[in-house]
Amino acid sequence: MSAQPLVEIRDVNFTYDTRAILKGINMDFHRGKVIAIMGGSGCGKTTLFRLIGGALKPSRGEVRINGQVIHELDEKGLYAMRRKMGVLFQFGALFTDLSVYDNVAFQMRELTDLPESMIRDLVTMKLHAVGLRGTENLMPNQLSGGMARRVALARTIALDPMLILYDEPFTGLDPISLTMIGDSIRRLNNALGATSVLVTHDVQESLKIVDYIYFIADGVIAAEGTPEEIMATDKPFVHQFVHGLGDGPVPFHFPASSSYAEDLGVRA
Amino acid sequence: MPVARTIRNLGHRTVEAVWRIGYASRFFAMILLHSGTSFRRFQLTIKEVYFTGVMSLVIILVAGLFVGVVLGLQGYETLKSYGSESSLGELVALSLVRELGPVLGALLFASRAGSAMTAEIGLMKATEQLAAMEMMSINPISRVIAPRFWSGVISMPILAAMFSVVGVFGGYLVGVVYIGVDNGSFWSQMQASVDFQHDVVNGVIKSFVFGIAVTAISLFEGYDAPPTAEGVSHATTRTVVESSLVILMLDVVLTAVMFRGV
Amino acid sequence: MERAKLDLWVGMFVVAGFAALAILAFKVGNLDSLSMSDTYVLKANFGNIGGLKASASVKSAGVVVGRVTDIKLNPESYEAQVTIKVDKHYQFPKDSLIGIMTSGLLGDQYLSLKPGVDDDMLKNGDVIKQARSAIVLEDLIGQVVASKAESAK
Repeated sequence: MSAQPLVEIRDVNFTYDTRAILKGINMDFHRGKVIAIMGGSGCGKTTLFRLIGGALKPSRGEVRINGQVIHELDEKGLYAMRRKMGVLFQFGALFTDLSVYDNVAFQMRELTDLPESMIRDLVTMKLHAVGLRGTENLMPNQLSGGMARRVALARTIALDPMLILYDEPFTGLDPISLTMIGDSIRRLNNALGATSVLVTHDVQESLKIVDYIYFIADGVIAAEGTPEEIMATDKPFVHQFVHGLGDGPVPFHFPASSSYAEDLGVRA
Repeated sequence: MPVARTIRNLGHRTVEAVWRIGYASRFFAMILLHSGTSFRRFQLTIKEVYFTGVMSLVIILVAGLFVGVVLGLQGYETLKSYGSESSLGELVALSLVRELGPVLGALLFASRAGSAMTAEIGLMKATEQLAAMEMMSINPISRVIAPRFWSGVISMPILAAMFSVVGVFGGYLVGVVYIGVDNGSFWSQMQASVDFQHDVVNGVIKSFVFGIAVTAISLFEGYDAPPTAEGVSHATTRTVVESSLVILMLDVVLTAVMFRGV
Repeated sequence: MERAKLDLWVGMFVVAGFAALAILAFKVGNLDSLSMSDTYVLKANFGNIGGLKASASVKSAGVVVGRVTDIKLNPESYEAQVTIKVDKHYQFPKDSLIGIMTSGLLGDQYLSLKPGVDDDMLKNGDVIKQARSAIVLEDLIGQVVASKAESAK
């Protein structure tokens, strides 16, 4: 494990209006690893994700990437930093008015001076890496959900990023596409020597491919560890989450202010 | 206290409105600031001119023809009672060049191209395409918004001019071909009264201003739309309503400035 | 959409737009001979210009030969000073007569230039001496009423 982690998250707090979403988060993402951030819906995963991408500024604390504090960068510095990042959005976020080819070539054309012949070779390679060579001329609306996600993956790695962020990469996919995406994430991370961070709540799929897992609940890290440690843990929350139990520390019932009997007008 | 609540409500709304105006102005300034790409890579703007301008042609031409025909019929009926049917050309041309071309052209443009723009930008936002672009360190304002803005600014005067020309042709069809007003006096009266600078140039300036207003509103509504299906559809409606009101309001101001006492 | 096809469409769109503007300028508007060719400036003073406006036409024998560019009140003589520009192709003798006429009973007012017989021609900046003011309808009616009253006595 290299000395300095690629991403260091130090005591990050984030408050939206008056609601505290993240409370004192500390994380280290080491180079070459695939890390998963898990938690129930609305636990602040996506907020954390946006903090890493520099789209939000933490109320307190800091996120460092490669030693640089993200929220202290000016626009130019932030853009330079983002060039080294790849982001896969929840539903791919392919540009609907561009073909598959143009989508993958988008960053190469916008951000580099590469000649078109070289761009074509690169696009072919990227599409081959996700198993979709031959789809160059299709439009995004002609792709299935799984294929669109893989094209988006090809676009994400277009400029060989050092840090790849995945926002819910497994949402809404059939089991076959799910495994394909999971395998691709792992394989591409190793091939590029990058660091991948998955924000997800798909436990089973992530446990297969990640090196380290953080659990977030109520804005704090509830548990962390390698997949083996997580599987073996007896912490009630993690146990409930990993095994997908309907009731446990996270109750099935919303904590209503009045009792059920009262609401029904039954006298106690 | 109902009075206190009413005042508080009013205050809240005022603050909201001012905030929104400020936000919109800032957005507009950002468009202008990030317009370099639209001209450096003019291909981006050309592509949008196709979608805003060329795709609006059919509705503009058909509507222009109909408006011209109606102006011809109604104008003839009115002028006949003064015995000055020969001024039909003047009436049709002046109404179109000064008012109807720019105003109706802009209203149609707002409902055809403006609403499409809002829906497109709103959907790009809802499907995180704009966010994705930003995370690729490409500024969506300069890459997506500004080229659309300039395409609207370029297309609007062209469409308004076409509307006027087709309208005059429609008036000619009814007046000269159908009713039988003298061909010579139709055109000569028109030419004698339509001044290039005073009427044609002012009409173009109007449509230019409307083009800026409509595109800016459309893009802002799309960019500001809540990222849901409902949000985008509301934004589209708002684009048409706001654009129409702003067009008519600006028309009052511009007409007062341009044609006062002349 | 292929780029070439798209460019073609947009190109045609822009060309058609300029064509429309040209039609508005030359066919619908008056940007034909007058505004394009060379002109020279003349002045005339009127006691009353009635409803004459800037950009009203200047006609000679019914043909448009120029346009009113400016109307001012001379603060010393209290006369209206009208400036017109006339097409260079048309030259008028020094003793030409200029008058304010109305096209039809209620129509626009225009200037009518009646050529004189002098051998010298009007030059740029000259003042036309013989200027007939507008016929003001109210004055006319007043005169008629007065003369009727006279004869009734």
